[in-house]
Amino acid sequence: MVFTTARRRAPILAIGAALTLAACGPNHAPAPAVHTVVIDQLAFSPKATTANVGDVVVWVNKDILRHSATDGGGAFDVDLPAGATGKTVLKQAGSIKYACRYHPGMTGTISVAEKG
Amino acid sequence: MKRTLFALTGAGLIALAGAAWAAPGPTDPQIAHIAYTAGTIDVAAGKQALAKSHNPKVREFAQEMVRDHTAVNDKALALVKKLGVTPQPNPTSAALQSQATAERAKLGKLSGAAFDRAYVANEVAYHKTVNGALEQTLIPSAQNGELKSLLQTGLKLFQEHQAHAEQLAGGLR
Repeated sequence: MVFTTARRRAPILAIGAALTLAACGPNHAPAPAVHTVVIDQLAFSPKATTANVGDVVVWVNKDILRHSATDGGGAFDVDLPAGATGKTVLKQAGSIKYACRYHPGMTGTISVAEKG
Repeated sequence: MKRTLFALTGAGLIALAGAAWAAPGPTDPQIAHIAYTAGTIDVAAGKQALAKSHNPKVREFAQEMVRDHTAVNDKALALVKKLGVTPQPNPTSAALQSQATAERAKLGKLSGAAFDRAYVANEVAYHKTVNGALEQTLIPSAQNGELKSLLQTGLKLFQEHQAHAEQLAGGLR
């Protein structure tokens, strides 16, 4: 129980800090958004995602096969066993080309813009 | 009907991929047996490659074949059990098996780069053939919706494998 409380407090504090920073900055940046990318029948959907730095991508593998979401540039490499879900925080602006490391034909892109 | 099936197997899998089946097509228990056999053949081929090849890219591909086809076949077994269907051996699955046994023996005599090239070339051809069979015969003939859906996943997977094998074959030339 103690752990649960402690765990819950941390993100709240983090969000609080983010909001405070956002309020103090010159621009009122939007809160981090969550982008869901689903893997079904050996394809990422949507194939192209547009996001801001700080946003989160949630990967949902609906296939019966093991996949991964692997950035060719090395920013992330999420292993996704059959039915699994994973998460990536986008830390840098840029154009990301990712693929499944097991199935090179499965590809997608994320265009990450600077926040604000 | 029987005569037609045997004629098809005699002409090899290319015929299965290309020719329309004499109506009626294969039954669900036959389709299940063909699809499962096709999977086990590629798992066995992948294991042979893992035992023989030292090329990291070929080994990676072979691991992908073993992992994916085992996953699909596990799902297929669970499905036939759920549906109460007993996969039924048939001339097509027997032909697949005997051709695969011959191919395995042929590959067994090769080693090094010659093995790698022959294994990957066979994977390209094999996936092409099975894709044709899935698209033109097995999926249209499947009656059960869940079986049809699993075959459709299988087709996507085989297409991805074929593309991967073709890409790999290009690099081995």
